Amino acid sequence: MTISIRNTWVITKRELGGYFASPVAYVFIVIFLVLTGFFTFSEQLGGFFLRDEASLNSFFSWHPWIYLFLVPAVGMRLWSEERRQGTLELLFTMPISTTQAILGKFLAGWAFLVIALVLTFPTVLTVRYLGEPDMGVIFTGYLGSVMLAGSYLSISCMTSALTRNQVISFILSAVLCFFLILAGWPPVTDLLVEWAPKYLMSIISSFSVVTHFFSFRRGVIDSLDVVFFLSLIGFCLFTTSVILRSLRTN
Amino acid sequence: MIKVNNLTKAFGPKLAVNDVSFTVERGEILGFLGPNGSGKSTTMRMITGFFPPTKGKITVGGYDVLESPIQIKKLIGYLPENAPAYPDMTVRSFLTFSAQIRGLSGSKLRKAVDRVLELCFLDSVAHQSIDTLSKGYRHRTCFAQSIIHDPDVLILDEPTDGLDPNQKHEVRGIIRRMGEKKVIIFSTHILEEVEEVCSRAIIVDRGRIVADGIPEDLKLRAPGAGSVLLKLRDANVAEVKEKLQQIKTVDSVLVLEDEFTLSLRIKAKYPAPGGDLALSVSQAATDAGWRLEELHTESGRLDEVFRTITQSETAQEKAA
Ligand SMILES: Nc1ncnc2c1ncn2[C@@H]1O[C@H](COP(=O)(O)OP(=O)(O)O)[C@@H](O)[C@H]1O
Ligand SMILES: [Mg+2]
Repeated sequence: MTISIRNTWVITKRELGGYFASPVAYVFIVIFLVLTGFFTFSEQLGGFFLRDEASLNSFFSWHPWIYLFLVPAVGMRLWSEERRQGTLELLFTMPISTTQAILGKFLAGWAFLVIALVLTFPTVLTVRYLGEPDMGVIFTGYLGSVMLAGSYLSISCMTSALTRNQVISFILSAVLCFFLILAGWPPVTDLLVEWAPKYLMSIISSFSVVTHFFSFRRGVIDSLDVVFFLSLIGFCLFTTSVILRSLRTN
Repeated sequence: MIKVNNLTKAFGPKLAVNDVSFTVERGEILGFLGPNGSGKSTTMRMITGFFPPTKGKITVGGYDVLESPIQIKKLIGYLPENAPAYPDMTVRSFLTFSAQIRGLSGSKLRKAVDRVLELCFLDSVAHQSIDTLSKGYRHRTCFAQSIIHDPDVLILDEPTDGLDPNQKHEVRGIIRRMGEKKVIIFSTHILEEVEEVCSRAIIVDRGRIVADGIPEDLKLRAPGAGSVLLKLRDANVAEVKEKLQQIKTVDSVLVLEDEFTLSLRIKAKYPAPGGDLALSVSQAATDAGWRLEELHTESGRLDEVFRTITQSETAQEKAA
């Protein structure tokens, strides 16, 4: 057990180092901060100041959309780059298991996203300065956002194992994540309600990350939502291992 | 130490490796020869556990590749073809990563990294990012990674590919020194390398083993191996030929040149290493009082053997 944790950690460390070795990481963080700031405080989009409430609702409501482009950008290189550089052969002839390698790389990407998210703390300071927000709700909002980022990332991890081409990997995962948003996005669900039976509607929207993210934003940690995100991540990472294995078995 | 039994790998309908069996013991340096696409890399990838065989069994140090992949990977150091390495890392951080994955830490890790940096002449680029290295340095960086844990088994896929002559010489020297205590399998298509480094060579062609033996024995398979070349001054052709044909081990005598010097190739009945035929010829020359200008045994060249074996196979296939 300790050895598998150690191996996973060595992989995570290398991968995280890989992120910060290139200026792309810093550019990414800046774009993320600018976008979240813009969407939160803009009058038309987030309407932070118009809401007249001390909460981060306008901040979190845009996360599913911002992540739609930024998370695949973080995840697209995870496996496609290993395949392109031929380092996949190096990695899988070292004494570690496929699971450790996948988990290690995934955790590195997730940690990177969490770091970016933590850097949005000035927004929290702003609401605290302006009013008396419910810190519990803010905390669960952040937790939900971390879960959301993790599930997008696991999808990117999966699609990046499918191809050597980072661009294809990016597009595939953005499209998949988009479907996961649409399934529970009010404009779409309102449309579906017209013709789809109610039970079908609830099944479809139960697959949506938006639906599950929503309860976190209201300050509720429902174990069902946590289970949903974790099983989505688990499923995608498992599929990644199947893809990687079939690549090698041919 | 390495046992390969009836190993087969199919890619679709194509057999990249076809029923290959061999055993390698500690202290052996096995050269794996073959034309491009003959299945050398595929065989190595199966031994290192990168992909599973379609059929057959591989054991390394008593462990089965399919049953205990992690155990085997611990024993092996591997240099893949084209020497992949993480381009965003520096040489030192890449080697540190490889050492950590191999379970080294603390002062042991530092020592291991310093050792391979020195051994592979990488000190001057230790803090350089890998994507800025020239090909030779990148190759040696990946090679350094394969020996960082001082493995018992070393599998090297074209270890001197893309190196300049000096670097080639250095890498061969390292392989030869390490070969005394380890098992080494390396693939190449440079034949002089095999003679310089290997204690044994296997030639593969289209997935099959077509020759297996020590390089000296393999060389005897060359046309003309074991023949003696003789050059005489002021000699009578007819007389010389007659005398030579009286020697029991002589098969045929061919006149190459008959002007100022008489030059002949004498073919042995039974090609054998050593200079038995040359001794007999020299005795005959002394007895007859010929003026000897040159006398030597042709050892046969490995590239001739290689061409003969791999081409005759092709010819047979075409005929069939
Ligand atoms: N992943 C693969 N998929 C399909 N065919 C392959 C694959 N790898 C190798 N081959 C084929 O198997 C044969 C042997 O290749 P390889 O082992 O690389 O030869 P060598 O290393 O001796 O040059 C080649 O014909 C090659 O095209
Ligand atoms: Mg090859």
